[in-house]
Amino acid sequence: MIPALLVATGVLIPLLYLAIRAAEADWAVSADLIFRYRNLILLKNTVMLTAGVLITTTLIAAPLAWLTVRTDIAGKKVLTLLSVLPLAIPGYILAYALLGFGGANGTASLLLGIEIPRLSGFWGSLVAISLYTYPYMYLNLRSGLLGLDPSVEEAARSLGMSSAGVYRRIVLPQLRPAFLAGVLIIGLYVLGDFGAVSLMRFETFSYALFLQYSASYDRIYAAWLALMLLSITATILFAEYRLLRGKLFHRAGTGTARNIRISKLRWKVYPAYAGVALLMFCAIVIPVGTILYWMGRSLDSSIWNGLTNVLAMSVSASAPAAILTAMLAVPLAYISVRFPSPVSRGLERIAYFGYATPPLALALAFVFFSLNSFPILYQTMTLLVLAYSLHFLAEAIGPVRSALYQASPRIEEAARSLGHPPFQAFLNSTFPLLKNGIIAGAALVFLSCMKELPITFLLSPVGFETLALNVWSFSNEAMFAEAAPFALTILIFSSIFMGILFSREWSRT
Amino acid sequence: MKKTLLIIGLVAVGLFMVYNNRSTADLILYSGRSKALVDPIIERFEQETGLRVEVRYGGTTQLAVALMEEGVRTPADVFWAQDAGALGALSQSGMFRTLPDDIIQMVPYRYASAQNLWVATSGRARVMAYSTTRVNPENLPSSIFDLTNDRWAGRIAWAPTNGSFQAFVSAMLQEYGPQTTREWLEGVKNNGAKNYANNNAILQGIASGETDLGITNHYYLLRSRVGDPRFPVENAFFRDGDIGNMINIAGVGITTASQRTEAAETFIRFLLHEETQRWFTEETFEYATAGLSGTEIRTAYELSPEIDLGSLDNLQETLNLLREAGLL
Repeated sequence: MIPALLVATGVLIPLLYLAIRAAEADWAVSADLIFRYRNLILLKNTVMLTAGVLITTTLIAAPLAWLTVRTDIAGKKVLTLLSVLPLAIPGYILAYALLGFGGANGTASLLLGIEIPRLSGFWGSLVAISLYTYPYMYLNLRSGLLGLDPSVEEAARSLGMSSAGVYRRIVLPQLRPAFLAGVLIIGLYVLGDFGAVSLMRFETFSYALFLQYSASYDRIYAAWLALMLLSITATILFAEYRLLRGKLFHRAGTGTARNIRISKLRWKVYPAYAGVALLMFCAIVIPVGTILYWMGRSLDSSIWNGLTNVLAMSVSASAPAAILTAMLAVPLAYISVRFPSPVSRGLERIAYFGYATPPLALALAFVFFSLNSFPILYQTMTLLVLAYSLHFLAEAIGPVRSALYQASPRIEEAARSLGHPPFQAFLNSTFPLLKNGIIAGAALVFLSCMKELPITFLLSPVGFETLALNVWSFSNEAMFAEAAPFALTILIFSSIFMGILFSREWSRT
Repeated sequence: MKKTLLIIGLVAVGLFMVYNNRSTADLILYSGRSKALVDPIIERFEQETGLRVEVRYGGTTQLAVALMEEGVRTPADVFWAQDAGALGALSQSGMFRTLPDDIIQMVPYRYASAQNLWVATSGRARVMAYSTTRVNPENLPSSIFDLTNDRWAGRIAWAPTNGSFQAFVSAMLQEYGPQTTREWLEGVKNNGAKNYANNNAILQGIASGETDLGITNHYYLLRSRVGDPRFPVENAFFRDGDIGNMINIAGVGITTASQRTEAAETFIRFLLHEETQRWFTEETFEYATAGLSGTEIRTAYELSPEIDLGSLDNLQETLNLLREAGLL
């Protein structure tokens, strides 16, 4: 309970900060700002984009998860790895690449000789964000599918239920927590993201917020916009809470799960491969190809200088943040799953606020907070890691929570009845069952930290630089050739990292 | 189990100590200019003076907002901004201290703040870039207001989302008011101007024959020529004092909170020193602001209109205009 309260306090800091700044506003002006017509358009755009991305990512991720878990398609491991690879590609790189792909002067017409319309606005944002967020949905659904106990399905079948009926009545309801975890992460991500929407120029709340800071150096009305954004977050969180209430998903009895039933694809394997190929082309080949194209334009070996140093700095902040975040996620998920009450649920939900708070506002909040209460922490690695953790906590909670739903509390109760103190009983019985969830959560956070920009800009120690920072800095000056090696390093390093994670999972099965 | 926890705890504390190693720099610089443009200068400065500089890189606006949030507690001694608007905003919120007269006098008065709070380190001019194969330089428009003319229908390129373009529109707004500015924006748009994502794309577009004339910053052409000396594009100015020839600047100020003003002033003098200024003109192809040596730089300065750069700190109205004109 105590760690949970601490986390909740940490996440509430930005809210407090925004409230303080918002209160400084001149009431006449802020009333004007809050009740103007344009906010309705922003609201409409934000809701449309969020809904669109959720639908698109589900349409991509659900078949993909089913393909790589429940069918006999060849090369499942490679497909799984490829499916999550877009997580390693920074969103702004993908957006840049997609922007530069179409149009008369685009890479598509220069390299492939085909001219396709330029992506921008709503469709551009939708495609870009969907392509780099669908892995969150995929990972959630995949682990949900893997964790299902097929004996329930077998029981249903033996009672005469049809295949479709089994999917509808048994599989889908059991996937609900995994699906909702994906919805939550992606939905909140879309709300807070301004990288893609500002490049694609689609006006959502976060884009308007970004403009407020950058066009008028204004923190007060930006705070109002951020608070409006967070009220949308609150609505989504409340809806998700209602949908998950009173559900039990773990196995009632003891024993190990049966092997998963595998569907035979036969000829359907070809359209499946074609679909995956198209997806990979858009999500991986276009951005990676663009990076390589940038590099090819200037083959200067000196651009590799200092790269390892920067890589080390990137990892030195991202790795501790990933571990800390996963450790914080366990108690939060634990109390909300094991002791469901409005309070524990509320505590867990608060973590999601940190995720939906636009990073620039979050970073400013930590500047404000640390200077006013712990100046000694200001611009230290500790503060940077803390800010990363509180921002990305939600990414780690999802997988941990899903794992907890499927781990029966009976084992832990048995351990306690055998005389183990509660904490040790948890460590010896439940914790090992959560391992996969914890590792998956830490991995997601690690990848996000490697790509993060605004928090790193404002909170890192002076002189600290990361790969992502270099990518941004060079591409901002249109020095794409210089930016390319850093982008490529993020990509390669993150892919190797994911490869190791999955090979751990595979070596045990 | 307890032992493991203890070890983990000790390692954590140890890491914490190593981790939060405090900076020992003689000068802390917040730089809104990219690393690529700043690093070589810092290196030279450290070599020459023996002072150690640590730099926080970031976007100019992000750092400006962060500085306001830090207020008097900022660790920064110097802020180097990529545009005048940010310097103006920080001056207004009292973040900068007065610079000594000798520094202010190193640049023409237009290149320093009226209250001596910041000084420009390099400049960039708005120009028109034109195709050397399809445009006769004698027929070029003499004012940016002529771009609404039929003669240029469907032949103009601009980048409405670009920061430099928006700073220019703000300057027009300041000099001519919203009515004229709106008419100009709509006029050029209705004249079939093509929207490009950035200045580089404009130059590529002119070179590849998509468009004939573009309004852009002067140095993009010079940077393109490094890789391709026969790049078929040329820069030209509008007539003397035309708003289309506006010069925007990158500049520095010393924070009110700085305890190391001497080192900070040494640094600014170094930036305005002849050799560093030459580096700007030769390596980043910007214009020098101190000394104003070179005929090209002098011409640009004399052709540019007089604008209070520090007051370009609010783009809100500019963005509204651009939005109303359907350009954003």
